[in-house]
Amino acid sequence: MSNLQVSVYRYNPETDSAPYMQEFQVDTKGRDLMVLDVLHLMKEQDSGLAYRRSCREGVCGSDGMNMNGKNGLACITPLSDVVKNNKLILRPLPGLPVIRDMVVDMGLFYKQYERIQPYLQNDTPAPAIERLQSPEERDKLDGLYECILCACCSTSCPSFWWNPDKFVGPAGLLQSYRFLADSRDTATRERLTSLEDPFSVFRCRGIMNCVAVCPKGLNPTRAIGKIREMLLADAT
Amino acid sequence: MVTNITSFGRSGLSDWLMQRVSAVILAFYTVFIVAYLLFNPSLDYYAWSGLFSQTWMRIFSLLAFISIAAHAWIGLWTVTTDYLKSTRLRVGAQTLIILAIFVYLVWGIQILWGA
Repeated sequence: MSNLQVSVYRYNPETDSAPYMQEFQVDTKGRDLMVLDVLHLMKEQDSGLAYRRSCREGVCGSDGMNMNGKNGLACITPLSDVVKNNKLILRPLPGLPVIRDMVVDMGLFYKQYERIQPYLQNDTPAPAIERLQSPEERDKLDGLYECILCACCSTSCPSFWWNPDKFVGPAGLLQSYRFLADSRDTATRERLTSLEDPFSVFRCRGIMNCVAVCPKGLNPTRAIGKIREMLLADAT
Repeated sequence: MVTNITSFGRSGLSDWLMQRVSAVILAFYTVFIVAYLLFNPSLDYYAWSGLFSQTWMRIFSLLAFISIAAHAWIGLWTVTTDYLKSTRLRVGAQTLIILAIFVYLVWGIQILWGA
């Protein structure tokens, strides 16, 4: 009775001609395990199963995956949140090339992150102590800096699926706004200029899949709206 | 920065603003036309022709035509860049769409001032 039916995406490009779904019966002993614990139990049955994990507590962002159709972190998603009719379907993050089983190539995702120059730029001489911020200025970074780059949001975004090489995606844009909103950053104009084309920001259609799946409860759609406001204020 | 040459305003920001402004204009025009038809149930050719012979109605209509042309260009351009991955197919579709919009716009102007 406590056997959970799990269907998991398997693909080894060296031996398989096409991906397939493998069925597992996992004995949860009636406990409300995290999805990552279930993956561990499955790996005991088949040690060839490949997936990423590291901190197992929702901090590192390694185990983003698609669980019963919704992206999330396996380590902090309890079975009671996702399992329906005793069935769990696990797939890799959608839209990125699969390296093996649940492991995806995050290259495009990181390339877009790199493109928004995710570091503080300041062309004024460095002071003897830190560059200080008022508590109000620091407050503007709340809800932005907490992103762990797990890619759950960008890989649930159809605009990112269709144009991952041109649309920055919700994760990258949240970080872009994190530096646009930073009182210590002086590259605001350059940052805005690199975002005003029809793809980088404006391919966002505001469907808010990113907000629905973010395991840290962040709101990339709001950040994208703020970037649009800054672009409009700068160009009109 | 991603470059592009077939989008309406060559800039995501200007396309985005144009899409919103044209949507508001089209909403006003639609509400006006629907309300006019509802309040004139026994509409005949002379009343309809009289409405469109007034300068303000011609300006309002032309504004709506230009808005729908811009709105369609921006919207369909976005659809083609999302779904048509073959460059030949995409450029062909974009050219057809832009030409069709041009034809419809000129035709609309001819109807507005031709009667």
